[in-house]
Amino acid sequence: MEVAEFCSTSRVVIVAGKGGVGKTTVTAALAITAARAGKSVLVVEVEGKSGLPSMFGTPALGYDEIDLEPGIRARFLTPDAALIDYLVSHGMKRISKRLAASGALDVVATAVPGMKDILVLGKVKSLEEQRVADLLIVDAPAAGHAVTFLLSARGLLDAVRVGPIRKQAQDVCDLISDPKRCQVLLVTLAEETPVSEVVDTAFAIEDRAGVALGPVIVNGCFPPLPVAVSANVSAVMNDAHAAGRFVSDREAEDLAHAAGFIEERQALQRVQVERLRARLPLPQIELPFVFEPDITRDQLGTLADAFARGIEQL
Amino acid sequence: MTAGLDDLVMHGRVVICCGTGGVGKTTTAAVIALEGARRGRNACVVTIDPARRLADALGLEHLTNDPCEIDPALWSKAGVGDGVVAGGRLSAMMLDTKSTFDLLVTRNASSPEQAKRILDNAFYRNVSGALGGTQEYMAMEKLHELYDEGEFDLIVVDTPPTRHALDFLDAPKRLTRLLDNRIFRLLMMPTRAYLRVASVAVQTFLRTVARVVGSEVIEDVVAFFRAFEGMEDGFRERAQVVGDLLVDPATAFVLVSSPRRDAMEEATFFARRLAEAGQSVRALIVNRVHPAFGDETPAGLRAAAAALRGGEPDVQPAAARLAVLYDNLADFREIALLEREHVEAVREHVGRDTTLACVPYLAHDVHDFTTLHEVGRLLFDTVSAR
Repeated sequence: MEVAEFCSTSRVVIVAGKGGVGKTTVTAALAITAARAGKSVLVVEVEGKSGLPSMFGTPALGYDEIDLEPGIRARFLTPDAALIDYLVSHGMKRISKRLAASGALDVVATAVPGMKDILVLGKVKSLEEQRVADLLIVDAPAAGHAVTFLLSARGLLDAVRVGPIRKQAQDVCDLISDPKRCQVLLVTLAEETPVSEVVDTAFAIEDRAGVALGPVIVNGCFPPLPVAVSANVSAVMNDAHAAGRFVSDREAEDLAHAAGFIEERQALQRVQVERLRARLPLPQIELPFVFEPDITRDQLGTLADAFARGIEQL
Repeated sequence: MTAGLDDLVMHGRVVICCGTGGVGKTTTAAVIALEGARRGRNACVVTIDPARRLADALGLEHLTNDPCEIDPALWSKAGVGDGVVAGGRLSAMMLDTKSTFDLLVTRNASSPEQAKRILDNAFYRNVSGALGGTQEYMAMEKLHELYDEGEFDLIVVDTPPTRHALDFLDAPKRLTRLLDNRIFRLLMMPTRAYLRVASVAVQTFLRTVARVVGSEVIEDVVAFFRAFEGMEDGFRERAQVVGDLLVDPATAFVLVSSPRRDAMEEATFFARRLAEAGQSVRALIVNRVHPAFGDETPAGLRAAAAALRGGEPDVQPAAARLAVLYDNLADFREIALLEREHVEAVREHVGRDTTLACVPYLAHDVHDFTTLHEVGRLLFDTVSAR
């Protein structure tokens, strides 16, 4: 599939997955991939403090949009602020400040489970309708919560029988169950527990929330070495001899150790990638392991390259 | 280096494992409890949301809100000959937020009727599932209950998978803030004359809210706050008592992290918050740390790779293979150096007295007693010494 076509599949992409699998990194890499294909992108962060600014080297995110780089904007979307927006746009400006300041939102949100998620998704919906960008990428809350997040609209339709919030929930349901408007990309690692959890999450999201699932993003895959090597000390010594380079015993051990490590990791990952393929009938896009604990803009570029290759192979 | 952890499982009473999601909190909590039991203590691990295979291993396939003892035959086999001390016991439980909350209400209610009115209320039924921080608070409530009962001499608690480790510390305040909500407090006393003026404003406000969410919802909320009348003080006191256990010298915080910068930044924030609350981090456990792969500099290794390629298009196969090995080693050296830099930086923040333990990137998942014990061998001195 062409990258531009993939990025026009739906106007909203929700990136979801368990904590620690790299949702924000995948969100950023997808944003770059789409921007390179000429799409204007708005990244929406909904939880906690975002790692995006440090990846792009920009100041912290706020409720107002900022430019991460040309073609990519980003903003936060919090339930409180989304509520105020909602009330203001529904002619209830006068009480909006009071509702938020008095802490009544906590009470109302507790009275109506899923209320906060609906406010956030409702705002995403209105951003989508206003066509603020070609592609809206939502960095969803961590796993367990991702299912709740996406199910909130349906749950709310059952709980609230009348009123504007019901309308809002209906609109959100319409958005997330229309594959032309919204799809979910699940992110996982090629490890046992993350694979098991992403399979459960995928079925829960598809069956219960009726949301279209895009390809599964398998993050952190060790790339194969560019040539086949033997991960043992004597093979290293033989090559050193043939190449006419002096390699000490210790260095040979370190070289063999590192090669053995990556081979072992790759083998384990292959097993899990196959397991995922067998249990979840969705296409996969593999993103490479980044050899640095801190993701920088350069590495995001490399990840975006891999993302584009993965899309082309779909 | 890990003497502090040994001391913790030998003499600790309450251990709280904190950290951001996905860093191995649940596993670490299970490892600590298992090691306590292996050393003869009566240990209990309270988990929040274990991965299925670990839950199965801990005998948690059925959710119960009370600890269940695990047959010693199951866990004492792990690492036999590794010095299991007789008499140890291991129990596990998975937190059931709703039952814990129900019990709290029942205990604080002035009469069974009041308890029933609250438990039957639609708004109340949502509180345990929808109010942010409730799960965290109930984890602490349960911890306090187990601590009071005194059955276990080592209680290890896993914390909910919040993005921010420190949400845990704010949890009791969130519940009392709900109860303290001014508007809804006024509602509870609608008959008092001096509040009539305020009540009019409140009623207007509520009518507007009802327009948005529906009036049934508001009726439930009002009924809840009325039913709750007279119980707030009890709840507040309880929250205070539970909160006090967090700063008690008997409680030890174990901070679980990964060596990535974001997890490390969270760990640093958390340590600072704990310090403000008068507590300190007893141990910092960093999971998934890469091996050091020697001590050469990445730049030197890359130079070696470049020299082997010599800038020529057709390099002989042996030199090409060797160059790949040098580049690969340079990649891993880079990651090892950065990880160590992050760990050192956090160490500065949590204080030098904090025990630091690094668990290497493991080849296999940890989901049974054998693998839990393998992690234990990496964390505890006396185990690995035998």
